[in-house]
Amino acid sequence: MIEVTALARRLCWLLFGWFRASRWSTLSSWRSTAPTSTAVVDLTHEAMRGPSAWSIGDRELMAAFVSKVNESQFCIAAHSATSGLWYGDHEKVVATLAEVETAPIDEPLRATLRMLGKLTRGHSIDPDEMGAVLAEGVSRQQIEDALAVCLAFNITDRLAEAFDFSVASPAAMNAGARHLLKRGYR
Amino acid sequence: MTDITQLHRALVARVLDSDGTSPPGLRRAAFDNAGLSEPIRTLIEKVAYRAYSVTDDDIAAVRAAGLTEDQIFEIVVCAAIGQANRQYTSALASVANATGEREGRR
Repeated sequence: MIEVTALARRLCWLLFGWFRASRWSTLSSWRSTAPTSTAVVDLTHEAMRGPSAWSIGDRELMAAFVSKVNESQFCIAAHSATSGLWYGDHEKVVATLAEVETAPIDEPLRATLRMLGKLTRGHSIDPDEMGAVLAEGVSRQQIEDALAVCLAFNITDRLAEAFDFSVASPAAMNAGARHLLKRGYR
Repeated sequence: MTDITQLHRALVARVLDSDGTSPPGLRRAAFDNAGLSEPIRTLIEKVAYRAYSVTDDDIAAVRAAGLTEDQIFEIVVCAAIGQANRQYTSALASVANATGEREGRR
């Protein structure tokens, strides 16, 4: 199964600009796919590039972190590369994905990532756990901004895995990362 | 401030209420991960809880049961958005609850 349907290709191109997906065998078209992809892309762009107290690098790190919990190798690679490029510090991203508790990041970001990990793994989170994030000085708006990133990637990770996107070469992933920093997700 | 309220609402309405090749009831069931029969149930359950474990065989079984590739694509998208939506909605409720409690204590 190496061919890709037109609609899966369109969705993937809109989301990433570069990809290989292997699960769709025949050419077909869902006329409503383009608007659906646009709705996913618009939401993702706003979550990742809209105004926020979180930097773009922080949000890309959240995307990579959520993707790690979801075991989406494509999205881990893509957003690790983008976050590392933004920070100018790929090691920081690697350390965070390896062990968030000891990573060289600020406490508010650590508490937020911890919460996003629990939510993604357990599918819900209780108010006490949210209270712990607020207690680290993270504002309600920052939590909601982080949850928007989490929503976008809990969708995208599932699509990437169900459609079987394959991880491209490091050079291609870095080219993709530069594209995401320059143009965003639209 | 990032505000995805409208975009989130539009996305959910898009996959549940607008035109598609699969019946709205099937898209809703996939979104809810509820009330599905095999082999669709297994595919949707995997997309919701362990999407990395979806195989070509899962897709082939649903195709053999009579769904077209377009319909399979649609229900997979619905399942992905549905599970992410449940997590997001639950988390927002917890934020409101936690914030309310903190404000209440002041």
